[in-house]
Amino acid sequence: MIPRICFAWLLALAAGSASAQQEIRFWHAMGGALGEELNAFVQRFNESQREFRVVTEHKGSYEDTLIVALAAQREGTGPHLVQVYEVGTALMMAPRRAVRPVWQVLSEGGEAIDAKAFLPAVASYFSDNSGKLLALPFNISTPILFYNRDAFRRAGLDPDKPPRTWYEFPKVIEALKDAGVSCGYTTTWPSWVLLENTSTWHNQDFATRDNGLGGLDAKLVFNTHLMVRHVAMLSSWARATYFTYSGRRVEGEARFLKGECALLTAASSSAAELRRSAGFDFGEAQLPYYDDIKGAPHHSLIGGGALWVLAGAKAAEYRGVAKFLAFLAKPEMQAEWHQKTGYVPVTRAAYELTRNSGFYAKRPGQEFAIQQLLLNSPTRESRGIRLGDFQKIRLIIDEELEKVWDGTKPPKLALDDAAERGNVLLRRFEADHRAGAEPETPARTLRRAHRK
Amino acid sequence: MEKRVVFRSAWLPYALVAPQIAITLVFFFWPAAQAVWYSLHLQDAFGLKVQFVGLANFATLFKDSNYLASFKVTALFSVLVAFFGIAISLLLATMADRVLRGAMAYKTLLIWPYAVAPAVAGVLWAFIFAPSIGILTYILKGWGVDWNWIIKGDQAMLLVVIAAVWKQISYNFLFFLAGLQSIPKSLIEAAAIDGASPFRRFWTIVFPLLSPTTFFLLVVNIVYAFFDTFGVIDATTQGGPGQSTNILVYKVYHDGVKAADLGGSSAQSVILMFIVIVLTVAQFRFIERKVQY
Repeated sequence: MIPRICFAWLLALAAGSASAQQEIRFWHAMGGALGEELNAFVQRFNESQREFRVVTEHKGSYEDTLIVALAAQREGTGPHLVQVYEVGTALMMAPRRAVRPVWQVLSEGGEAIDAKAFLPAVASYFSDNSGKLLALPFNISTPILFYNRDAFRRAGLDPDKPPRTWYEFPKVIEALKDAGVSCGYTTTWPSWVLLENTSTWHNQDFATRDNGLGGLDAKLVFNTHLMVRHVAMLSSWARATYFTYSGRRVEGEARFLKGECALLTAASSSAAELRRSAGFDFGEAQLPYYDDIKGAPHHSLIGGGALWVLAGAKAAEYRGVAKFLAFLAKPEMQAEWHQKTGYVPVTRAAYELTRNSGFYAKRPGQEFAIQQLLLNSPTRESRGIRLGDFQKIRLIIDEELEKVWDGTKPPKLALDDAAERGNVLLRRFEADHRAGAEPETPARTLRRAHRK
Repeated sequence: MEKRVVFRSAWLPYALVAPQIAITLVFFFWPAAQAVWYSLHLQDAFGLKVQFVGLANFATLFKDSNYLASFKVTALFSVLVAFFGIAISLLLATMADRVLRGAMAYKTLLIWPYAVAPAVAGVLWAFIFAPSIGILTYILKGWGVDWNWIIKGDQAMLLVVIAAVWKQISYNFLFFLAGLQSIPKSLIEAAAIDGASPFRRFWTIVFPLLSPTTFFLLVVNIVYAFFDTFGVIDATTQGGPGQSTNILVYKVYHDGVKAADLGGSSAQSVILMFIVIVLTVAQFRFIERKVQY
């Protein structure tokens, strides 16, 4: 109750100070260096015109930001604009009345952003079934491999030849261990990197119904032969201390930074932090794959955040939101954001702009992420994963994987259990959102957007 | 011997307890009633759509084997926390009671951790035991112990128990010390003259006389382990690895706040409320009989 009262207070104060300019409240999850970059962008927008003023508020982690925004929205005091991570996408999409689609906000505000300008894998993830943007993709990343070049040199390995496939890993780690590296390989975001990306990277289904993009009746099917093999291999590496589990989020970064682990799979946006804190020479490379799987590597999966417009504000305010979104979506802004942060350029134009400026000649590592995403055009299996209650499903996967690393559960059983437990949640989410479906939402969406 | 205060005014006693009653109503009864209401409904994350589902939330919970597993974890956790919390502080209190010089300094130091917030206590111990940078991890490694609570469930449990106990010792210590100091010295001296060993004196005289305190602390510590240890868990293991430290109250938080499942989470808190009521009643009915006031 108390936080709600505080919210009301803060808002009352905020409203009091805004007299001439219309304020646009924007809640985000960008801390540290990323938050500073974001604020600089916002300031430029505020200085570019006089009618609107965007006020940002850092609400903590992605999870916290979403929680706070939902709670405020329930009380009718939500922000105009909120940054939501990819896991929350289905949650934001399901109740249509809570969110104002970005395409609608833009067209009513007299602005235009073409969904086709975005990278295919990005646009399709945040679009409805007719290909219209529901949210503005903003900070998108994808996992890549980071490796300690100094450790490679010490181990007598070629620092320009990081392992390309998973099969090349043991040999490399063996050499590294002989040279005194204690942990070999670790990862951040285990569910995202080890399961979700592995299915997309090998063009396989994570869930039915196009990984949930095709409808709420999706079923988790990630307990495949490939995945069991992958997890079983990692579990044997864990026993041999070739692979070290660090935690459910970005704890692996610290291990890599300490020089403990020489190989790390992490989001491309980890680059900023690694570059700032690493006391050694490190390199970036493409995410490893299995070369005996046909069609691999396909393309990797996106993660990160998009900007969602919440319902319940006045038309004049939405005009300001539209202006701000259009400002952020400009190619030169996108390019700058990409170069400064390590997120991928979300539009082709921003990518071209960056490439032509010669940026990648100086920083070749920063191109891997975008190349990975563009490697092949998205297929039914790889357009993205959008599931109800995905936060909880991620947690289940994390839990079951931890049992594997601990040696208390065989890989196949853990994956089967994870899928089964997750499916219970999916059925529940489906029932919740179908039973009282809003009139404008068709009960079932059978057709999907065909992309070329 | 009745020690009742009699008010002459009819309304004054009510006026005096009114603030406390008001606080209890607003901060305990109202949220509890809300929890019951939410537990019977299903709603989406934005609160746009609310439907009455009866006991469906409860049915889902009891079909979930992981929820049932969480009971076991909670039972183990609270027994460990209450037992060690009470045993260690009793030991410390008896020691501190015997110290003559510098007693004040010892007591202050022992009471100190109580001022630390649970989350801070959790972070503190998490640092000390951190798998790759912790001081104790380093020492343990020297002894050949593979300490890694990030994947080892029993070690994670040990970590949260240590943090929770450490935080609660001060509180228990205070009560035990007060209890010890109210035991007449003559009783102990008489026993000593009769030739009872210190050990025997403790078990036949001191401990029975402390039993009201111990009983009170047992109730308080169980409730503490059930509810207040949330901060310790959230700051360290967050219920993992696997679900080895996923105690009921943490699950309530996770499902309700992080996963936005208000109905399921409220159903859990209603069950939790019920458990604590039953436990407390049981403690007063059955254990209190054996307590000698």
